[in-house]
Amino acid sequence: MKFSRIIFANLFRTKVRLLLTIGSFAVALFLFVFLAVVRDAFGRGADVAGADRLVIINRTSIINLIPLSYRDKILRIPGVKYVTHNNWFGGIYQDEKNFFPQFVIDPDNQRQVFPELIVPEDQWAAFVKDRQGAIAGAATAERFHWKIGDRIPIKTTLYGGGSWEFNLVGIYHGKRPQDDETQFWFQWDYFEEKIPQAIKGQIGWYVLRVDNPDDSPRIAKTIDDEFANSPNETKTQTESAFAANWVKQFGNIQFLIVSIGAVVFFTLLLVTGNTMAISVRERTSELAVFKAIGYSDRAILFFVLAESLVIALFGGVLGMLSAILLIPVLGKAMSGLLPSMVLSPTMLLFGLITAVLVGLASGLLPGLNAMHMRVVTALRRV
Amino acid sequence: MVRVDGIADERSLIQVRDLDKTYKRGGEEIHVLQGLNLNVGKGEFVAFMGPSGSGKTTLLNLLGGLDVPTRGSITVDGDEITNMSAGNLTSWRARHVGFIFQMYNLIPVLNAFQNVELPLLLTKLSKAERRSHVETALSVVGLSDRMKHFPRQLSGGQEQRVTIARAIVSDPTFLLCDEPTGDLDRKSADDVMALIEELVNKYHKTVLMVTHDALVAERAHTTLHLDKGVLVEGRRSQVTSIVGGVA
Repeated sequence: MKFSRIIFANLFRTKVRLLLTIGSFAVALFLFVFLAVVRDAFGRGADVAGADRLVIINRTSIINLIPLSYRDKILRIPGVKYVTHNNWFGGIYQDEKNFFPQFVIDPDNQRQVFPELIVPEDQWAAFVKDRQGAIAGAATAERFHWKIGDRIPIKTTLYGGGSWEFNLVGIYHGKRPQDDETQFWFQWDYFEEKIPQAIKGQIGWYVLRVDNPDDSPRIAKTIDDEFANSPNETKTQTESAFAANWVKQFGNIQFLIVSIGAVVFFTLLLVTGNTMAISVRERTSELAVFKAIGYSDRAILFFVLAESLVIALFGGVLGMLSAILLIPVLGKAMSGLLPSMVLSPTMLLFGLITAVLVGLASGLLPGLNAMHMRVVTALRRV
Repeated sequence: MVRVDGIADERSLIQVRDLDKTYKRGGEEIHVLQGLNLNVGKGEFVAFMGPSGSGKTTLLNLLGGLDVPTRGSITVDGDEITNMSAGNLTSWRARHVGFIFQMYNLIPVLNAFQNVELPLLLTKLSKAERRSHVETALSVVGLSDRMKHFPRQLSGGQEQRVTIARAIVSDPTFLLCDEPTGDLDRKSADDVMALIEELVNKYHKTVLMVTHDALVAERAHTTLHLDKGVLVEGRRSQVTSIVGGVA
């Protein structure tokens, strides 16, 4: 395009300022996308939840247990297909900072309820045979360089102290990129054998699959009615609602992240807008010459917006490249602390659209000022 | 022929009738030009002189379509520019007016060639045609060997010659020069004036020039004096009548 030379010549007239603006744009946009990825990761539980899964917890709180004896009653409710149960172990592997979720599972029903988490048949068979057997998610196994056959000691913090020993007999993978591969599973029988007498026969929560997701509200009500007025009343909800409530325990993460993202976005707008305003003000008389020799007001607006857009696109692409390179690294570093972070193509597109919008918005005001300036007044400025 | 008596002359390239320009500053009205009449024929070289604040530059801005009068009309080559919309006036300027400014007003990040090419980017000329036009214009001003030089690499006189090349590259109907030698030493000023004379004498360009310099003004065919917005005196040939406005 014949005007591109003018646009690029103007952009490069103060190279240091250009580089600093592009740099600040890139950093801010990286931060913006990173926050969006974190926000997405926190909401991931709801996204990966099975539409046909319900979660039953103690009505009082999730830390209160529920009798295992409820399982048979639940299975008798029409529409319920499979039921499994889990307990939270909350142990420490070597150091507190090595956090990963450890779940006590029911080997008989785990795979029917969570079919998206795949364990090879031979490994599963080995797990069922070995009371001390354990299965780790691929991400956790990779994080601690575990391999099948390793002996894993985990110190308990909730069940009487001491170290529990596990034999790693399997590694599971998720079918989808967003599936959580950080969990550590071990057998109910081994757990039941080692815990204090007072809490034997108590599970943390049930997860069940129903024949028809449309029946979920009815089934949830039936279950809660069944155990109403018992010592352990239940609260049954869809898995996505359960995941959303779980995230809420950390406070309003969504609001916090959106607020920080908005501040970053606004700061970005101010930085780029300020650069464009200075740039336009510095060459008021030059823009007046353009107008004097026949360039229309729209052409002047176009020049300013194009410059601002080019800065935004350079900064945006740089920010996106940084995100592509750094988010997987940060994701690994924060594995266990945060849910898995996935930078999807949609997120990249979102970042680029944000860059374009900021570019246009930041150039708009200086552009309009340049567009409306009076030539005779502007020509007097040297 | 140049007339300032307000009598219509069909042969005139530029016809100014009863031109008023009033600015409001605070609550006060400042009458910069009042009832000004002017006819300028094709190929004329007119100099406007006068003290600061007399309205010279305002008149030039009005003639160039950079500003609009409070009252009166300006007709150039049959087009009444005072009735044009802002958009049409911009297009008209691109086709009909070449501007030469005191401070050169070149774009510092573009080289001489690119500066001269600027008006042609608004046309439908091909790249090769634009190149040919720019090379011709730079050759007319004697800067064929400075095409790739940026303004900071040129002397003041050379910069002004690039400005002149930019003003003539699209072959406008007339040239407006606002103190074209005001920022130059005498030698460079002489060179620039020689070039402007060449444009008038050899290429038959119509030139209207504002200047403070009597020596520079003497090189014009006609010198008109403005005082407080009124044309009060003429010199040399072909000024048929001087009519002042209201002081």
